[in-house]
Amino acid sequence: MKIVAPKELDQGESRVAITPQSAKFLINLGHEVIVQSGAGKNSRFSDSDYKMNGCRLVKSPTSMWKEADAIVKVNPPTDAEQKKLRKGQILIGFIWPGQNKVLLESLQKKGVTTIAMDMVPRISRAQKMDALSSMANIAGYRAVIEATNNFDRFLTGQITAAGKVPPAKVLIIGAGVAGLAAIGTSVSLGAIVRAFDVRPEVGEQIESMGAKFLMLDFDEGADGSETGGYAAPSSPEFREKQLECFSEQAPEVDIVITTALIPGRDAPKLWLKEFVKKMRPGSVVVDLAAEKGGNCDLTVPGEKVVTDNDVTIIGYTDFPSRMASQASSLYANNIRHMLDDLTPANDGKINVDMNDDVIRGSTVTHNGKLTFPPPPPKIQAIAKQVPKIETKTPEQIKAEEREIFKKNTLQQTVLLSIGAILMFFIGNYAPPDFMQHMIVFALACFVGFQVIWNVSHALHTPLMAVTNAISGIIIIGAVLQMASESWFAIFLASISVLISTINIVGGFMVTRRMLAMFQKS
Amino acid sequence: MEYGLVSAAYISASVLFILSLGGLSNQEKAKRAVWFGIAGMALSVIFTIFSGNSGNFWLLLPMIIAGSIIGYYVAKKVEMTEMPQLVAALHSFVGLAAVFIGFNAQLELAVIENFSGNLDDLKGFSKKIANKNATEISIMTVEIFLGVFIGAVTFTGSVVAFGKLSGKIGGKVFKLPGGHGLNLAALICSLGLGLLYFNGSGLWTLILLSILAGFIGWHLIMGIGGADMPVVVSMLNSYSGWAAAAIGFTLGNDLLIVTGALVGSSGAILSYIMCKAMNRHFISVILGGFGSQPVTQSEIEGEQVAIDADGVATLLNDADEIIIVPGYGMAVAQAQQAVSELTRRLRSKSKTIRFGIHPVAGRLPGHMNVLLAEAKVPYDIVLEMDEINDDFPKTDVVIVIGSNDIVNPAAQEDPDSPIAGMPVLEVWKAKHVIVSKRGQGTGYSGIQNPLFYKENTRMFYGDAKNSLDSLLSKIE
Repeated sequence: MKIVAPKELDQGESRVAITPQSAKFLINLGHEVIVQSGAGKNSRFSDSDYKMNGCRLVKSPTSMWKEADAIVKVNPPTDAEQKKLRKGQILIGFIWPGQNKVLLESLQKKGVTTIAMDMVPRISRAQKMDALSSMANIAGYRAVIEATNNFDRFLTGQITAAGKVPPAKVLIIGAGVAGLAAIGTSVSLGAIVRAFDVRPEVGEQIESMGAKFLMLDFDEGADGSETGGYAAPSSPEFREKQLECFSEQAPEVDIVITTALIPGRDAPKLWLKEFVKKMRPGSVVVDLAAEKGGNCDLTVPGEKVVTDNDVTIIGYTDFPSRMASQASSLYANNIRHMLDDLTPANDGKINVDMNDDVIRGSTVTHNGKLTFPPPPPKIQAIAKQVPKIETKTPEQIKAEEREIFKKNTLQQTVLLSIGAILMFFIGNYAPPDFMQHMIVFALACFVGFQVIWNVSHALHTPLMAVTNAISGIIIIGAVLQMASESWFAIFLASISVLISTINIVGGFMVTRRMLAMFQKS
Repeated sequence: MEYGLVSAAYISASVLFILSLGGLSNQEKAKRAVWFGIAGMALSVIFTIFSGNSGNFWLLLPMIIAGSIIGYYVAKKVEMTEMPQLVAALHSFVGLAAVFIGFNAQLELAVIENFSGNLDDLKGFSKKIANKNATEISIMTVEIFLGVFIGAVTFTGSVVAFGKLSGKIGGKVFKLPGGHGLNLAALICSLGLGLLYFNGSGLWTLILLSILAGFIGWHLIMGIGGADMPVVVSMLNSYSGWAAAAIGFTLGNDLLIVTGALVGSSGAILSYIMCKAMNRHFISVILGGFGSQPVTQSEIEGEQVAIDADGVATLLNDADEIIIVPGYGMAVAQAQQAVSELTRRLRSKSKTIRFGIHPVAGRLPGHMNVLLAEAKVPYDIVLEMDEINDDFPKTDVVIVIGSNDIVNPAAQEDPDSPIAGMPVLEVWKAKHVIVSKRGQGTGYSGIQNPLFYKENTRMFYGDAKNSLDSLLSKIE
């Protein structure tokens, strides 16, 4: 199949969907890779790099779109690009089907199979193609860097001869991938970091990154997570509590990074105008949700604004693109894993298998049909908190114990009665000599049971060896038979003596050898 | 020698045997206790030989000397990984001896019946028979029958177990067409032969009986898979004891009865413990292993994530609490020395290392403990499942070496799993689990292990010994 990567047309987009490195893998899968000349320039991949790795370079985008079987992109196709698509082609890239209804319809009408990288389900098998996570990770890092760049103080606290410098306080709202990356980055720069999330189960992750989890004191329905590991919209009461908490934080924190997004909706407004007003001059707000309208009231998407009280609000929407080379490498790897799954036989033939959970989830149009939204994934991304197990009351435990005791008593009585009846039966017929031996036998069995239960588990092998040795006691029988009149009996007896001696000596020796090995530390 | 003196020796021997078994309750006592056993054995053998009821010393002594030399040689040479085979082989000897002694008893019986000379000239066992009345003789035939039957089952069963454990016979389950029906038929025929024998048909019935019983032993154990061997070996251990006890009844010898009963109950308890640890009934183990029933179980989602030696080394260097869970795979790969060296190095970095042993790990009860002891792992850090199971949640890294079913979370989580309800080591509760394993295959029970797909599990593929050696070079 011919896979093409056109140059991205969006303003300020520097990423590219195929890198020279990922192209090599795609060619190994049996595909032909065609790249538009200059597509990787802004990500610092030169045309010659692509050529060296076996890609064909094409100057004119028009001819390229025409011959393509599959088109891989970063951003959704522009109007002009949509016109170039034709029936049967496969389009892979960020689509945002929830927000781009018009685009989706046009793709469906054209008969294009669309695979949305932003719809990859969040299950462990699909992590390698989870482009949202890989981009969010970059965005989270970059957000802290941009914030620091516009923040005119230290992040880390210092005590110097010239005086004390307090550490900066950073608040991260939303502990998804971006939020966690932002926590990690700001912690490593030395700031005091607090983080908030509506999903209580991520508290552990937040704390593992070195931040303090701002826990809301809110019981009923506090679990704001939905299947797939994303946050769900919260109730009005919850929202009020949440804003109250932020309002308290506002005068204290120096840097706020908001990453709160709800799939398929506009970003919730969490950092209100009044909170910005309460912040100290020189503080910075970075709004990673700017593209979806922003978490902060004052965000201007794509811009940096400074408010009257000297708070800088950064609403850039191109954080990953600001680290284009690495962002492209990671994105291209996501794409290449996706194509790997789409090419199961490694024969250069793409098979959109709608039974595969991951492929089904990310395919939004297929064969002229709309396949969005997908059915919910079978597995949850993050385990929900386990419901508390009901503890038993002392009465219940007592009743259970009594039940078990009764059962055991009954069992024992039955066994003993059967044994007694059996003994009476034997005693009725057997001669006294036999019964005497029987007493010895029964007692020995009991002694054996008592003694063996006390043997430590660790010594079971030596126990077997030693019982082996003493079961060689059968030699006594053989020795007594040596006095026989029949030569054949003597022959059999002597062989028995031989093998039981092997048993005795071998058993004891090997037991001794084993026991000597057991050493205390 | 006086009858009373011999009896006194037998009583002392019985007490010494009980002490030697009782001493195995702890490692230090056990080292002394084994001498009790040796003393008891020496006492009983010497007193029996000189009791005046034996004879033909010119043959007896060379046999004892030869047996001692062979036993000494075998015990010196055997590798600890070969212990299961050795134990099985020794069981077969007891079984065979029981069969021979049973034959002899019948021979003597026949001789006495046709005896015309003076009964007072007789010595030893013959004299005892000559004094028996008719009921006593018929009781004795029952005892002979039992002794020969159990002995023959033990003999062939142990030979097959030996073959399977030493790899001379494939570990696969093998059954003749007809399966357990054949065994049942053989058992019924044996009982028929028994009836003929009680009515005085003579030696040939006994020989035929031993052949039939031998077939049962062979066929029964051939139908049991490799990992059920701990149960099989303990069961045969028990049988060898019961065979000795049956012979004791035949010969009217209390020492044999006592010792046989001790050994028999010991083996029975071991089998019980093993079965309980697998949550299976004794009967179901004996009547065939896993793999015969179709496996239905929940599908496992996720992916096995591999890790290399560098990754493992980093994890271990960062960890404080480490637990190692060894299994039969460690014995197969002969990795116990490497494990011991790893333990030593990590302990010298003041990390807490312990071992968790499942009762059925390995091919013999307590097999892992002996292997670790041989590799000089101190026994006080080697713990049983019940002692360590609660500690997994606060453990940083668990290393699973060559075990599979005994760490399978399906036993607790999946009620449809064939091993549901089996007690397992809860390794998945630790922060990280490293599984050293040759490939992606399943364990003995042939079922998938969801542990390998858990998010905190990393697969350290490769032969256990090579993997650990490459790991050792990374941990200073």
